[in-house]
Order: sequence, then structure tokens, then C-alpha cells
Amino acid sequence: MISPALKPPKTQPQWVQSLFSPDVLAPVIVGLLILIAWELGVRLTHTPPYLLPGPMLILQTLVKDWPQLFSSWLITLKIAFTALGCATVSGLLVAILFSQSKWIERSFFPYAVLLQTTPIVAVAPLIIIWLKNNTFAALVVCAWIVAFFPIVSNTVLGLNSTDPSLVNLFKLNRANRWQTLRYLRLPAGLPYFLAGLRISGGLALIGAVVAEFVAGTGGTQSGLAYQILMAGYNLQIPRMFAALVLITISGIGIFAALSALSHALLKNWHASAVRHEN
Amino acid sequence: MLTLEHVGKTYANGTVALHDFNLTVQPGTITSLVGPSGCGKSTVLRIISGLGHLSTGRLIWQDNQPLHRLAYVFQEAALMPWATVIDNVRLPLKLSGVPKRQALERVSEAIAQVGLEGFERVYPRELSGGMRMRVSIARALVTHPTILLMDEPFGALDEMTRGKLNQDLLTLQHQQQLTILFVTHSIYEAVYLAHRVVVMASQPGRVVADIAIDSPHPRDPDYRTSAQFNRYCREVSHCLSAAMGESLALAL
Ligand SMILES: Nc1ncnc2c1ncn2[C@@H]1O[C@H](COP(=O)(O)OP(=O)(O)O)[C@@H](O)[C@H]1O
Ligand SMILES: [Mg+2]
Repeated sequence: MISPALKPPKTQPQWVQSLFSPDVLAPVIVGLLILIAWELGVRLTHTPPYLLPGPMLILQTLVKDWPQLFSSWLITLKIAFTALGCATVSGLLVAILFSQSKWIERSFFPYAVLLQTTPIVAVAPLIIIWLKNNTFAALVVCAWIVAFFPIVSNTVLGLNSTDPSLVNLFKLNRANRWQTLRYLRLPAGLPYFLAGLRISGGLALIGAVVAEFVAGTGGTQSGLAYQILMAGYNLQIPRMFAALVLITISGIGIFAALSALSHALLKNWHASAVRHEN
Repeated sequence: MLTLEHVGKTYANGTVALHDFNLTVQPGTITSLVGPSGCGKSTVLRIISGLGHLSTGRLIWQDNQPLHRLAYVFQEAALMPWATVIDNVRLPLKLSGVPKRQALERVSEAIAQVGLEGFERVYPRELSGGMRMRVSIARALVTHPTILLMDEPFGALDEMTRGKLNQDLLTLQHQQQLTILFVTHSIYEAVYLAHRVVVMASQPGRVVADIAIDSPHPRDPDYRTSAQFNRYCREVSHCLSAAMGESLALAL
């Protein structure tokens, strides 16, 4: 009765195996080659460290200044993650609200766009003044402004990209608003939401660092941007690079973690995560 | 089972999809609706299902049941890609709040009826087009519908799969005495499946012929090569081209 076309489920590769996959190995090798070239270049040309430190020196500085850098790193990460969390929750709620009524979406969506187009550097001083008793909250608000929009716009798109026949099926079965949201719109919107989340993850980090820069050296909470500013004043260029390295690592880490989350949630059904065998 | 009387339907943009459309569906039978594309076949199904409203005329249900459980099978299988076969089939029961244990019993029954045992935990992307359509049919059967509306359900499938699904649909209809209104643009499919073939013409959509297929039912593949089958196909085809010629003449 049935065409015997099904293969048994493929065994997922171990994460150890995937560590040695070309997808990981190739960029790692490229990175190493660039670092070696950098180190050699700096040494051979006798570039002074206050212009461009070599990777070895940056690494040494990172180890030497670890206590201060580490605590600053934690502060920046805390700001970025709090902002990302707030952006995720508020973004989801707003998107769901928009999806419930075309009128709400029409009326409020332009204001969500406004948040996106506002240069964060321009409004950060205001927010920091308004919330001057609580620098942490001010920085979180700044990072949230940057991270909010991609989640909202992607999720709105996702919640509305439902198969019309499925919408009819739900209507025929007299599904209520909540059921349609829970069983149709949310699952259909999940891939879009996750795509937005991946963008917002990086933006939250950038937003946090930018807001710290604007807040300057005055605040009591001193994140990585503070370290970079201070190192700049004191011409401790290797330390500046060390802080930069930490920011970069955080950005890559956040992106990788959110990609892994996305893959784990979509691997069974969505084209973006399904392995294709030809 | 149900009667459409002098039904007219005009869409908001002014398209007259149906004009003085009359149709009666007998319980326990398959009625095929054939006609050129755009003649209003889907509109008829949407009106019956309640997804669309009629502009004039009446829709009368003849049995005294207050609730008509109707099920709709679309041209595309319209499955939820994020859900397994079992969850897809269970959807109508979930939406109407049937308790899980009872629902699962009916789901496995429906899955067995369409011959998909063993594929319960599989996601739609892993299934062939024909198997997806089977899931779609199982999802329709799981509610024990009093009438099954099918809108060109096998139109996107290859000839072999289509033939097989036709055969299985006939068996199912016979076993459960289902009432089916089957929309197709294939004359052969219409004649092969149905107790009655209703031929439509377009602009505006209306019935031009109502042909009883008086061959023993359910049919087996041999019927496809019989003289009787060919005669009916020619008759339907004749009505169709007459109707199309007429509307062509009107247009000219
Ligand atoms: N939502 C709609 N709004 C306006 N016109 C429509 C709509 N749906 C269908 N029509 C028109 O009504 C006619 C009948 O459509 P339909 O019932 O889908 O035909 P069929 O299923 O026989 O191909 C067509 O001319 C089509 O363009
Ligand atoms: Mg149609």
C-alpha cells in the first residue's frame, strides 16, 4: 500500500566529530595562519607595541590583567544578556500583540521602526541622564533599544506567514484565538523569531559596549568599554586589544550559542536546519 | 444530505462566481464536481463548509443533526511541517478538546485506514506526496465526518499514485459509507470514483449536466478499460466541451 521509500533515521554525529569537521577546521586554520603572519609581521618590522602589539603580547596582557579584565567582561556580558532577555520577552509579546490585530500593527509598527532608526549614540546620553541613579539600568535600556527591533519585525513576519490552507483548517475546526496562536502561528513563526534572535544577540553586545562608551569613565559599573577607554588614555595598547579580543569572543560565542539553539529547535522540520542528502 | 438551491455568489471585487447553482448531495455516495478551472468549484465547497458565504439562494441540510461534522481536504496536503504524522492527524481532535487517550485511539484508527501504520512518528518532509495526502485524508477521517469535501486532492500527484489513492478512497468510502463531494478537473477520475458526476460551466459558474454513473460501485481497475467507463467519460467530456463552447461563444 505504501511506497517503501523511508530510510531509518540518520545517526547524529557526535559533537566531538563535528569539532573536526571542515566547517570548524577550515576557519580555525585560516585564523591561525593570520595570527602567525601578524606575529611575524610585527616582529620583522619592529612595530612598536603602542602602535600594533603582536598576538603573543596581547595574550600575555590578557593573562597579566585578567582580574580587572575579567570583572569588566562579566559586567558587559551581564548588560548584554539582560538586554537580550528583555528584548526577547518584550519583542515576542509585542509581535504577538501585533499579530492579533491588523489595526494594532498598523498603528504601532512605525514606532517600533523609530526605535530601530534612532542612532543609539545620540540617545544614550539622554537615557544615562534620565537613569543617572542606576547606570546599569541605563546601559541595559540602550542595549535593549538596539536589540528589540529585529526580534519584533522577524517575529511579526513569522506569525503572519502561515499556510492559508492551515488557517482555513483551523477555522473549520472552530479553533479559538489562543489555539490558533499556540498551535499554528507560534510554531510557524519560530524559525523567523530565531533568525531575529541571532541578529539581536550580536546587537545587544554592540549596544552594551556603545552605551558604555557614551557613559564614559564616570560610571561606577565599568565594563569592557571602560577598560578600552582607560587603556587608550594610558597608551596601554596591548590591554586595549586584550579587551577587544574579549568582546570579539563574546560576540562569536553568543552567535554560536544562538545558532545551536536554533538548530536544536528546528532540526526535525525546517529547511534551514534539515540535512540534505542528494 | 444537503441541497444548494439557486445559489449565487458574487465576490467583493464583482466577480460572479456562481449563478443559480443547484446541487443535491445524497448521503453515502460520491458526487464528483467537474468543470474548467475558475468555474467556481472551490467556491461551492467553501460555501458548503461555511468558510465562504453565499450571496443569494439557500443551503439546506436535510438530516436533523444539528451539527454537521464536515471535513475538508485541500489540494495541497496542508500539513504542519513541525508536527509528526500522529500530531497532524490529531489536530482536529485537539482543537475540539477530545481527551488525549481517546484522541490517540481514533488517530491510530484513522492512520490505519489510510495505510500509514509505522509512520506515526515521521515528519511530513520525510514523506512522499502521496503519503502526505494520505495523512491529510486521515486528518479528515479522524473526526468521523458526516460529509467529506475534497478539492482536487490528487491533482498534484503522479498518475500511478493518483490511481492508487483513487482505489483506496473507493474502498474507504464503501467500508464507512462516507458521503463525499469530490472536486476534480480530471474527467476520468470523476467518472471512476463517483455515483454521480455534476458538470459545471464557467462565467457564471452553473450546472450544465448531472450524470448518474450507473455502474456497480465500488469499482476495480478493470473498470477503467470497460466500454461503459469510456461511454461515460465521452458523455461528460461532451457536456464539458459543449459548455465551454457555449461560454466561448458568449465571450465572443
Ligand atoms: N476571494 C476571491 N475574490 C475574488 N474572486 C475570487 C475569489 N476566489 C475566487 N474568485 C474567482 O471566482 C471564480 C471561481 O473561483 P474558484 O471557485 O476558485 O474556481 P475553481 O475552483 O473552479 O477553479 C474565479 O473566476 C476566481 O477568479
Ligand atoms: Mg479550485
